[in-house]
Amino acid sequence: MELDTVLMSRLLTALTLGFHIIFATIGVGVPLMISIAEFIGIRKKDPHYTMLARRWTRGFIITVAIGVVTGTAIGLQLSLVWPNFMQVAGNVIALPLFMEVFAFFFEAIFLGIYLYTWDRFKPFTHWLMSLPIVLGAGMSAVFITTVNGFMNTPDGFEVENGQFVAVNPIEAMLNAATPTKVFHVLSSAYLTAAALLAAIAAFMILKKKASDYHKKSLKLMMTMVFLFGALNVLAGDVSAKFLAEHQPEKLAAAEWHFETEEGADLILFGWLNDAHEVRGEIRIPNFLSFLAHGDFNAEVTGLEETPQEYWPPLWVHYMFDLMVMIGFALVGISLLFLVFSWFKRWNEHNRPLLWLIVASGPLAFLAIEFGWIYAEEGRQPWIIRGYMTVEEAATTSPYIGWMLLLFLGLYIVLGTACVVVLRKLFRNNPAEDELEKHYPGIEKGDHS
Amino acid sequence: MSYELIGIAVLWIFLYGYLIVASIDFGAGFFAFYAKITKKDHIVSQLISRYLSPVWEITNVFFVFFFVGVVGFFPDTAYYYGSALLVPASFAIVLLAIRGSFYAFENYGSKQSTVYLFLYGATGLLIPASLSVALTLSEGGFIVEENGAVRLQYLELFTSPLSWSIVALALVSVLFISATFLTFYANRANDQPALNLVRNYALFWSTPTIIAALTAFIFLSQHNERHFNNMMDLWWMLGLSVGFFMVAMWLLYSERNYGLAFVSVMLQFFFAFFAYGIGHYPYILDPYITIQEGATNPAMGIALVVAFLGGLVLLIPSLILVFRLFLFDADYVKGKK
Repeated sequence: MELDTVLMSRLLTALTLGFHIIFATIGVGVPLMISIAEFIGIRKKDPHYTMLARRWTRGFIITVAIGVVTGTAIGLQLSLVWPNFMQVAGNVIALPLFMEVFAFFFEAIFLGIYLYTWDRFKPFTHWLMSLPIVLGAGMSAVFITTVNGFMNTPDGFEVENGQFVAVNPIEAMLNAATPTKVFHVLSSAYLTAAALLAAIAAFMILKKKASDYHKKSLKLMMTMVFLFGALNVLAGDVSAKFLAEHQPEKLAAAEWHFETEEGADLILFGWLNDAHEVRGEIRIPNFLSFLAHGDFNAEVTGLEETPQEYWPPLWVHYMFDLMVMIGFALVGISLLFLVFSWFKRWNEHNRPLLWLIVASGPLAFLAIEFGWIYAEEGRQPWIIRGYMTVEEAATTSPYIGWMLLLFLGLYIVLGTACVVVLRKLFRNNPAEDELEKHYPGIEKGDHS
Repeated sequence: MSYELIGIAVLWIFLYGYLIVASIDFGAGFFAFYAKITKKDHIVSQLISRYLSPVWEITNVFFVFFFVGVVGFFPDTAYYYGSALLVPASFAIVLLAIRGSFYAFENYGSKQSTVYLFLYGATGLLIPASLSVALTLSEGGFIVEENGAVRLQYLELFTSPLSWSIVALALVSVLFISATFLTFYANRANDQPALNLVRNYALFWSTPTIIAALTAFIFLSQHNERHFNNMMDLWWMLGLSVGFFMVAMWLLYSERNYGLAFVSVMLQFFFAFFAYGIGHYPYILDPYITIQEGATNPAMGIALVVAFLGGLVLLIPSLILVFRLFLFDADYVKGKK
């Protein structure tokens, strides 16, 4: 039986990336939080923050391991599953892929040093070792995102007889999609990492008594959620404006905006009937024009201007809406927390608010997944927009379905093992005990 | 020197680097497991984990660097190897993933378990065996392109004596390189019982290494005469390789200068590996991809070379720092830090 190898190829890549981006997001975002906590610990001479950095690092390294091995998997799968894409695209976009490896190499080296030198270096020197990790992780994200940008708005080459010629690798890297994509990827990674760590702190406060350690962690991370959440909303806004200009069909598909018009409405949720009419939606007048061009009366290009065979699937509307909803919700929750902690008489550690914060951790990861699905599906049917479709790029190997099962098994094992190991690591070793062991007499305010 | 030659030279050097660091890692996994089942784990496990813990990720990056670089410099490799290797490379990824993550879980997470050590030891042998298949394939005759579709001829591959002799060579080389390194490391740590044990491993695996190398060489002469003759023209490199092997053996026997012994083993493999690589020229995949025709466009080639030089400026000082902290810091090696 001839199974659809293209579909299998897409599923395999979706599976690997969908799993990998969870760990990649942690890998990019958490080092910054660790570095900030360690720095505050040094500045305030407060061992609570140092202990935060230590314990986060211990958990972080487990997720890094999975990030590394799944990153290796996707790196190889690009060639294994999409050989035709890599053969063509390799000529134009190999540079950032290559530099990504360097950035990652750099990060890996300093991660090894950082892990094993807590007690060998002076605190400040040790903190300095965290900077290359933050930088390397961030640059990895930047380089990989330029590749994704290239797939959306290819640039830096000309086509002659089906060959990519007159290649300019720098132009390909700095394509039109790169600035806004990089901004959005980084802001959302930092936001998600902060939301994750805040959720852990909130959960601990809910389950046990509220110790200073967890309270400080929560306050610091909620501040970060608010900061990066606000930046992330801005990144989303400029991304929409980029789409309106350079990739209008992607924005139009997300918004079910079929006809080009001025003063376009923003559509939330709802459904489509057979005649492509929107039903049951929440309509915000003129807001799509504002989102697309910063002007409530601007003209927004509709899907009608793209031939229907090149339309992205219309269900990406839901992915887009869910991503945006969560993005705003995270800012709202963090703002609420900050307002509560600003007024002395209000208790920011009340149970409903803490549960909201606990929920914001998984929600942030869901938003990452929704946003990523939107970014990839919104580009369909293209793998390199305007030049190569995913169908042309896929492998012809009949074994691809079996590989899908093989990797599904692998990720189930890795995901389960990761959770088991992390639970084991922290369950019988609460922060309070560890603080007492490392800094005897900490309750008396003695920081030596 | 043209950019494609610089490219292949750089990649080959990195592959050599991976060969050495990965062999140490893979072999250490096997020895750790072997020591456990022969109830000698208390002697070596500490030593092995002290070296491996800070560097396992770095080892992995050498490999990633190689395949990303190959596809960058020679995009045709993505098409031919990518299409043909879907199944074997996927299995190699799964093995690497299990090894890497379970190493981290065990090391940073929880206590030792035999199941984990078994996985760690077994993958240490299976991964080099599966990766070495790529070398066999490059000799030609196993990957064919028909009607615009590339496929791998599994039957030919699995019945080829060349393929099995290369697998055997990969396995014994891994164990030999790793044992020599651990001998050096044990000596630095002043750990006499561990030193005796791993030195015996090194001596034991030395003879099979040479026998396997000769066998593979003979089968190569039958499979790809051109490559074999090219290598014979590089007789002096092969001679140097054997010479350094003798030096290493002599040092190991006379129980001195283990550092030099390990360097000799590195040089032994350096010359053999480069004689093999230079003899392969100009093919990356016989007969489909040559270095000249398979190379990327000049703009990308030069950009990659520049990026590479820039990367080295960052990496070399960082690597020196790692080595000083974990390999050449006597107190760390001895477990005092």
